Amino acid sequence: MTMIVGPNGAGKTSLLRVLAGIGGDGDIEIDGEALGSLPPSRRAARLAFLGASRDIRWPLSARDFVALGLMGSADPNRVERALGLVDAEGFGARRLDRLSTGERSRIMIARALAPGAGVVLLDEPCANLDPKWQLVVLDRLRAEAQAGAVVALSIHDLDLARRHGDRVIVIEDGRIAADGPPAEALSDMIVERVFGIRRKQDFWIRA
Amino acid sequence: MNPRLYFTFSAAVLALFAAALLLPLQSLPALWGSDPELAGIVITELRLPRALLALVYGAVLGASGAAIQALFANPLASPDITGATGGAALGAVFTAYILGLAGPVAVALGGVTGAGLALGLLLLLAGPRAETATLLLAGIAISAITGATTALALALAPSPFAFYDAYDWLMGSLVDRSLPQLLFAAVPALAALVYLATRARPLDALALGEDTAAAMGHDITGLRYGVVAATALGVGAAVSVCGAVGFIGLVGPVLARRLTAGHPGRAILPAALIGSVLLLSADLAIRFAPPDRSIPVGVLTAMLGAPFFLWLVARMRWDAKP
Repeated sequence: MTMIVGPNGAGKTSLLRVLAGIGGDGDIEIDGEALGSLPPSRRAARLAFLGASRDIRWPLSARDFVALGLMGSADPNRVERALGLVDAEGFGARRLDRLSTGERSRIMIARALAPGAGVVLLDEPCANLDPKWQLVVLDRLRAEAQAGAVVALSIHDLDLARRHGDRVIVIEDGRIAADGPPAEALSDMIVERVFGIRRKQDFWIRA
Repeated sequence: MNPRLYFTFSAAVLALFAAALLLPLQSLPALWGSDPELAGIVITELRLPRALLALVYGAVLGASGAAIQALFANPLASPDITGATGGAALGAVFTAYILGLAGPVAVALGGVTGAGLALGLLLLLAGPRAETATLLLAGIAISAITGATTALALALAPSPFAFYDAYDWLMGSLVDRSLPQLLFAAVPALAALVYLATRARPLDALALGEDTAAAMGHDITGLRYGVVAATALGVGAAVSVCGAVGFIGLVGPVLARRLTAGHPGRAILPAALIGSVLLLSADLAIRFAPPDRSIPVGVLTAMLGAPFFLWLVARMRWDAKP
């Protein structure tokens, strides 16, 4: 599980969009197959992407929304399993625009996890979630990673990034400032230089 | 939508189509007895083109309305409210009365161009994901421009009878259209229908968000231009022959989505069927006007559709309240 961290505007979202094949030029290859050459039906099984926006374009039910992520092969068992991953079976029938922001975020994460894609890219999956749900979501993503998926996500909470990531990439002004195991990539020196904060006892303070 | 509903709606379309050929009935049996050839002509040359036009025009309005609503992520979008119908009318009037090219090809091309320009202007003004207020305001502005310019074109037209000629046509009418006219409306409309029907899946995926749909491998820019071009083609050509028929492109998709659990893309085909049902019914209803009066079919659809539009706006307001 790879954590992408960096200050606002450093390029985390841009990096994830490029990896998902929707920003910039060039080709993305997964296992030697060019992403651009895959039809939508096969692409969904290869790559899942959760963008930064939690806006809803259309007021579908939560369950239908998750099913749309499966591209036609809307196997009801997969949909229920994905809803179960975020404990959303209880509000699967409700319309997205009637859900709270956090519940909506969980449904969107379920949508990204539903296809069981080999590569899962998520732009701030923890945004809008309460502290417990941030932990739950990171645990579920870790389970996906342990099952063999490549999981990469951007995150603002450095403590969560350090604790839950196998690899941390620190982005600064569109460049990789550090890349490695959490303890190395998020060393005091790098954090202070890139983010301008340092640890004082239990808290972060401005450096 | 499940197969049984498709069957029901298709049966309704067929029944209404048959009714459009046979109604009003009173003179037909007597005519059949005295002059079967004339009765045949009444059916094949007067009523058949009219029924076919209602079928195709209603279908293209429903399908393009559903596609435009899915594209703009807004249930209030439709060919008439986005100004596409007004643009088509302006294009057709301009071609016929100012350029003096009254042939069906030229008028149809003018209609398609006008509708395309209006939709292009709307995309520029309202942006790809139109907020309701921006969409409606841009639509009002475009409709005002096209309406005024159409009136100006008619006033400046060399023919002194232009206003009178155009009145019946602008209000939307399916009566007395020739076979070539039918073809120039129906062929582009069918092409647009076929294209839009194939866009059901990408338009559904678009409901997940533009980035998500793009990451799933859908060409969103191509989809946007495709839907706009197909709507301009289908609606533009139909308007150039039958004039502006309002609100079917709004009502059809809204009803269709009740049958597709709200899915915007897979509502395209049901919306086409419902559009046909609505226009065939409206065109049947106006045949029962007082004998010496004729009511343009567009007037009837607007009278029924406008209150529906108000109800939609009101419901959106209620929904927006937390």
